[in-house]
Amino acid sequence: MSWSLLFFLLVGAVSLAAALGVVTSRQPVHSALFLLTNFATLAVLYITLDAQFLAAAQVIVYAGGIVILILFVIMLIGGDTNDFSAAQRAWSRTVGIALGTILLLTVSYSVLARMAGPSEETAALLQGGTPEAVGIALFTKYVLPFELIALLLLVALIGALVLGRQQEGAGEGIPSVKANE
Amino acid sequence: MDWLQLLVFPAIRALILIFVLLTGFAYLTWFERKLLARFQVRYGPNRAGKFGLLQPAADAVKAFFKEEIIPNHVDKPVYLLAPALALVPALIIWAVIPIAKGTPAIADVNIGFLWILAVAGIESYGIILAGWSSNNNYSLLGALRSSAQMVSYELPLGLFLVSILILAGSFSLVDLVEGFRPWWEWIWLWLAFPFFFICILAETNRSPFDLPETENELVAGFQTEYGGMKFALFFIAEYVNMISTSAIMATLFFGGWKGPFAEQYIWLGPIYLLIKVVVLLFLFIWVRASIGRPRYDQLMKFCWQFMLPLSLAYVSVSAVLAVFLK
Repeated sequence: MSWSLLFFLLVGAVSLAAALGVVTSRQPVHSALFLLTNFATLAVLYITLDAQFLAAAQVIVYAGGIVILILFVIMLIGGDTNDFSAAQRAWSRTVGIALGTILLLTVSYSVLARMAGPSEETAALLQGGTPEAVGIALFTKYVLPFELIALLLLVALIGALVLGRQQEGAGEGIPSVKANE
Repeated sequence: MDWLQLLVFPAIRALILIFVLLTGFAYLTWFERKLLARFQVRYGPNRAGKFGLLQPAADAVKAFFKEEIIPNHVDKPVYLLAPALALVPALIIWAVIPIAKGTPAIADVNIGFLWILAVAGIESYGIILAGWSSNNNYSLLGALRSSAQMVSYELPLGLFLVSILILAGSFSLVDLVEGFRPWWEWIWLWLAFPFFFICILAETNRSPFDLPETENELVAGFQTEYGGMKFALFFIAEYVNMISTSAIMATLFFGGWKGPFAEQYIWLGPIYLLIKVVVLLFLFIWVRASIGRPRYDQLMKFCWQFMLPLSLAYVSVSAVLAVFLK
């Protein structure tokens, strides 16, 4: 067994354990911390795949932004109230199973497709996880999806602004943090 | 050989770096106490050793032998994790800072700038988790303040970093220092330095922006429930952060290890970097001694209504300059 495979197995095991921790722990803050661990191990895996830019973006966006936002929300609404009302709705189980199946199918499809041998595109992508390669790909080949996502983010930003305006005076810190995302 | 290159040499470098940083922390506390005393026309520590130079050692012994107290009402795993999470980012941010010609502290990666942004992003975890796990209203308030403050000031900070990156044209900090910069670029950079320094003050929770730990309204905020070595870890984190951010500012704005003859004699590089870092640390302490703390809403308003538009404008002008003059 090569060292890189051993390393992958170790990091993957931590990642899986953290993912399990997210759904099993009853304390929301602990869940958030497990989520953070999961994101960090994913970043490590990206680095082993030579995708340094993706790894850095993973840490900046997820660890530096989203998990902090989650913690912020938990602290503001009080983390100790374990509210399971979402799990008691009749349809939530069905929807969960359906979404899980779709995810499983998609993942297994993409894994099976890769088994046949890496396509030319992936080979090219593997060469360039560097910021330059990602930037060039984003602004040439994928410029339309890129611009569409920018538009989507703008809409979300304006939505957050509108929501924040309605509760003016309720507290200055909260709307501003929303606008940040 | 692969082993040595990949694991052993970086590990040795990292150990030396940590040793240097922790020693630097110890003498930074001495430096700060001496300077603050001089600003206030006092003597400062002068009993332990010549000029009080043994004071940090005495403080360390005291912290080690304090009784370890864990209050009953805390969330124990998170409570114990928080001080470590506070210290780690302050240490690992050093990995990409060049300390001499062609020599980064640990590794010359092609995402040096992003590394700094990423580590700055996770810096607030220690404080947030400490405040939450303490299960104490004052601590929680301190943690909320700090997370809002750090997340907000990260934006202008990141935008200033992006501007420097646009002008430098490379993600590597080693290339940034070694590359040639025309005179107008230096002037343009130095124009941004005061604002960058204000953001750094807010990011490191240093006075006058030490609102997460205001002792007169929040009884030390997130640190209230911590004692002994665990408190000392927060203390170390704050001071190592000062050193790290000073090194980053020296690298970005003042040429890092560069100085007369540093190209020929490599060992001069770290000495020049040290001199620049000490001057910037002096600035930190000078500000602490001279300026009072703003109110919390003033702090946030300043960030969102002044710093953010300013940094956005700075990015735009930098991009124009990079396109037309480079």
